Amino acid sequence: MRNLGQIKVSRTDPGDTPTMDAASVPAPASPGPATAPPGDLAIWFFILAELLAFGVFFAAYAFARAHNVALFDTMQQTLDRQAGALNTVLLISGSACVARAVEAVGRARSATGARWLLAGIACGAGFLVVKGVEYAAKFEAGINLSTNTFYMFYLSLTFFHFMHVILGMVILVALWVKTRQGAYGPADMNGIESGAAYWHMVDLVWIVLFPLVYVMR
Amino acid sequence: MNTRQLNTVWAILLVATLATWTIGEVGEHLGIAGPPAMLTLLAISFVKGRLVVLDFMGLRGVKFFWRSLVIGWLLLVSALIAIAYWIALK
Repeated sequence: MRNLGQIKVSRTDPGDTPTMDAASVPAPASPGPATAPPGDLAIWFFILAELLAFGVFFAAYAFARAHNVALFDTMQQTLDRQAGALNTVLLISGSACVARAVEAVGRARSATGARWLLAGIACGAGFLVVKGVEYAAKFEAGINLSTNTFYMFYLSLTFFHFMHVILGMVILVALWVKTRQGAYGPADMNGIESGAAYWHMVDLVWIVLFPLVYVMR
Repeated sequence: MNTRQLNTVWAILLVATLATWTIGEVGEHLGIAGPPAMLTLLAISFVKGRLVVLDFMGLRGVKFFWRSLVIGWLLLVSALIAIAYWIALK
């Protein structure tokens, strides 16, 4: 190998670039995996940062429970599991609606896409109402952040998520307005795909949160 | 993803949510409690999360690097929850 290397070096003219030919041959257009995810790359860095924050929060909850098992398991029984499950259905359905919206816009069906976005917004609003009723019941019962460790986690973790649902809905409303105007289409999916990815992240986080906080004991 | 595939994913997610809720409501009567319940719940949330990532977020056809970041997050969080649960048993 060493000899071959020496031969190659001796044969290569300093001004020549023998590897250029190979490097400049265009790669065959294969239907391989896309190099970048749908939407803007910036939204994906934002999504990853959000997931990291929620991940730390989930781990903190789980390890705090490990030191207060009796308290966490008892307090979990005071949560409204039906409301949590209903909210899971609402977020999953909202996510499905937005996925349908992206699919419709990809087929140049902006009006259909806008209707699906509106359905997604309705699901998000439903989530906020259900969560609001849940919070109201807890506050009426005199529960607050300093009630105990479980409720400190429950309130801060779910409220952190609640704020993300609100931001997601602001994004969906902006997408709905622009989709109605026909701003997106098969050739311009960047905006709607970016907003949709954020909304799906909000759903993804709840998919972990619901079993962890409401069910697991 | 066509509309039929998206609807199928939606239906699977709804059924999986029903399964999670059922474990919460009557898991003990069905003999699903403690560590088996925890592992089942984590498995269900992994299946759900993976479908959302691949089919709703649209990472199915994207390079492994991107899928591994988001699905890796799901696996890491599930593992940490399982470890914490195991510590709590001791």
